[in-house]
Amino acid sequence: MPDYETLRLIWWLLLGTLLIGFAIMDGFDLGVGATFRFLGRTDEERRALLESVEPVWEGNQVWLILGGGAVFAAWPLLYAASFSGLYLAMFALLAALILRPVGFTWRNQLADPRWRSVWDVALMLGGAVPALLCGVAFGNLFLGLPFHFDELRRPVFTGGFFGLLHPFALLAGVVSLAMLVMHGTAYASLKVGEPMSQRAAALGRWAAVVFAIAFVAAGAWVAGIPGHHIVSGADPLGPSNPLHKHVGLVPGGWLLHYHVHPLLWLAPLGALAGAALCFVALRARRPGSAFLASCLAVAATILTAGVALFPFFLPSSTQPDHGLTVWDASSSARVLLIMLVAVVILLPVVLAYTAWVFSVLRGKITLESIRRHAGY
Amino acid sequence: MIDGAVITLSRTQFALTALYHFLFVPLTLGLSMILVIMESVYVMTGREIWKSMTRFWGVLFGINFAMGVATGITMEFQFGTNWAYYSHYVGDIFGAPLALEGLMAFFLEATFVGLFFFGWERLSKVAHLAVTAMVALGSSLSALWILIANAWMQYPVGAQFNPQTMRMELVSFTQVLLNPVAQAKFVHTVAAGYVVGSVFVLAVSAWYLLRGRNVDIARRSMAVAASFGLACALSVVVLGDESGYVAGENQRMKIAAIEAEWHTEPPPASFTVFGFPDVQTHRTHAAIRVPWLLGLIATRSIDQPVPGIVELVARARERIVSGIEAYAALRTLQQDPDDGNARARFAAHEADLGHALLLLRFVEDPTQATPRQIEQAAWSTVPNVPVLFWCFRVMVGLGVFFILLFATAFYLASRHRFFENRWFLRIAFLSLPLPWIAAELGWIVAEYGRQPWAIDGVLPTFLAASPVPASSVWLSLAGFVVFYSALAAVDVYLLVRTIRRGPDGFGFWPITSAPAGAAH
Repeated sequence: MPDYETLRLIWWLLLGTLLIGFAIMDGFDLGVGATFRFLGRTDEERRALLESVEPVWEGNQVWLILGGGAVFAAWPLLYAASFSGLYLAMFALLAALILRPVGFTWRNQLADPRWRSVWDVALMLGGAVPALLCGVAFGNLFLGLPFHFDELRRPVFTGGFFGLLHPFALLAGVVSLAMLVMHGTAYASLKVGEPMSQRAAALGRWAAVVFAIAFVAAGAWVAGIPGHHIVSGADPLGPSNPLHKHVGLVPGGWLLHYHVHPLLWLAPLGALAGAALCFVALRARRPGSAFLASCLAVAATILTAGVALFPFFLPSSTQPDHGLTVWDASSSARVLLIMLVAVVILLPVVLAYTAWVFSVLRGKITLESIRRHAGY
Repeated sequence: MIDGAVITLSRTQFALTALYHFLFVPLTLGLSMILVIMESVYVMTGREIWKSMTRFWGVLFGINFAMGVATGITMEFQFGTNWAYYSHYVGDIFGAPLALEGLMAFFLEATFVGLFFFGWERLSKVAHLAVTAMVALGSSLSALWILIANAWMQYPVGAQFNPQTMRMELVSFTQVLLNPVAQAKFVHTVAAGYVVGSVFVLAVSAWYLLRGRNVDIARRSMAVAASFGLACALSVVVLGDESGYVAGENQRMKIAAIEAEWHTEPPPASFTVFGFPDVQTHRTHAAIRVPWLLGLIATRSIDQPVPGIVELVARARERIVSGIEAYAALRTLQQDPDDGNARARFAAHEADLGHALLLLRFVEDPTQATPRQIEQAAWSTVPNVPVLFWCFRVMVGLGVFFILLFATAFYLASRHRFFENRWFLRIAFLSLPLPWIAAELGWIVAEYGRQPWAIDGVLPTFLAASPVPASSVWLSLAGFVVFYSALAAVDVYLLVRTIRRGPDGFGFWPITSAPAGAAH
């Protein structure tokens, strides 16, 4: 049986995997949702764009649900502190996510153009708001959130909603939104017929440029803000108690791992290379390659942030010693092991039937196929 | 200390969003199974009308499914947003079933549901039936994991408090999985969902028959709903989850409250069919009792007593006193984890630690509690007796009504005599809202009856809430009320519209080559 430290490391990697799974799978349908009204000008064109994601988005979103469940099961302190600390932001995210299932299902039930416009806007919000908020949340991790634990170990927050809208966090939001627009338009370009495919490719190139610029700017900004690092008291093998360690702040400290292990620079370089390749492939009208390149950019971006923050999940800006790390926020070793076994057995099954569903649905959605549609 | 307004608001929000979520879940559970039955008949007989039935009921399923998904995300998020201390305190046990629900059940359901709608032309008959079956299996499995988690709140087995991490930790996963309360709840809840689906199909079909529309589809649908519904309605009542109530102490309190049994009766206890429970005098006025029945239902025996409320409060008082010892020892251990005396003292009383936490509502430091405060805390373990008493009786009454309804439908279906019985068709149509009322009452009995505990005997509800500002919870609660009401209005509008349009309007049956436009 792996020891507690190894289990915690594995679960850090697994959480990263789930997050990347969410960003790649749900990311493309969020990106399509955020842009389909611009890419499609007639109702038929919009229906084709929506139909490129409609049969699969629901399964894709389970990556987010599973991510939430996995944080609850493997990192309960993180789940408790982050969800309650980001209270109103969470409800904004929730409202946006609720608009999606109803929007997809209800939009085409009535032919009235006003009805469809309302749900188009709902679907756009449902795509753009989560993409933006996830980035803002990630940005705030680098800044630290204002919380500490009381004697019963309840997380106490001292900041409000607007405190989360720090310029750096907003920049991180732009990174995230541009990334998923690039990803979604690459997918749309692959999946729908003309003229939407052409428009998607054009917008995707712009998104790739915005993403690359914002990503580099965020990196430069991170080099200037203080990073947290554990000075003493962390016990990777000990019980999860976030109150025993001492945390120091170093300017530019979030880049420490990159200075110590230069190979890690491959992660941010991968993100930029992915964006560049996506740009080139979209220009060359090779949407399949463009989508693979944007997958690379998405995965590498999340990896870049994760590596920088390690071992922190949720640094505290007001009481740095209470920040949550891989070593002091996990479940018991028993639960980590049981859940690991479950993931190892079940995730390949999920991937297998997901692949089958995508293969059944392969092929482009063209305007002709939309016109042929027999309905439900 | 603890902001009372935040607790009340968070409880209200959780109750409303959970009850709202459960308007859609049981219909998803029931309709998905009925779709499997109808499509199976299609695959076996090759008769097109059964495919048309599957597609038509599938449209209604889809509209409802979207709402179930939309409101389900709220439930997962809320443990973290509004119940942060709960999440920390029991996340080691409670998180796993929720994660497994996503991994094993929701992935299955959500990945295949798209193919149900978009796969008719891309899949063979059998493959499409397999897809439908996966959706149904996923939703029932989903219920299983959620009810394993919920049952642990009612009867927390297989876990122990860890003073170093200040939380409950998992000791035996097998015990959590095989929790007897979970088994009783799963059968009861899923069967109740199937009843909701069956009454829905029955009522809508009755409406078509009353108008003489879609007669072929309505008659067949009614036959499916009658037979499936009858089997499920019998399961719901016979396998009612009361059988699980004897397991834990709070469960015993719940059953005593449901029955307004103030004092322990000599076994076997009688069942109070009707009466007015009086919280002040601890008596039930104008009671009509059936001898032996409660003892038989609750203990499945004639010689075991069903403990009464006053006796259970006395037991709670003992546990609070013992819990104070555990609380004091825990304080010492926090200062000095190696204190041998304190360890032994904690080990002797740790099972009652949760009861000491009840005192935090009345006194800052439980070790300083006065006898009066201990008495108050002991009586705080009694849930709202009149509410439980009445909710339970209405629910059971409705359950019995469904059996009669389905039995009559079954009889009429087997004799092909629906048309001669317009009175029955009217009753069937008017029954449409009843199964939802029964299902919601069931949750009120189960969860309101769990109070004052979030986790029975482990964590009081008032302690479990997140320390967020009351203004934030006001905002989210108001947002939910407005947003959810609007969605409900649209949902009902679309369902009614789809039903009015009917299989004929969609061109499903009789099959027309060019179905009318809007309903892609």
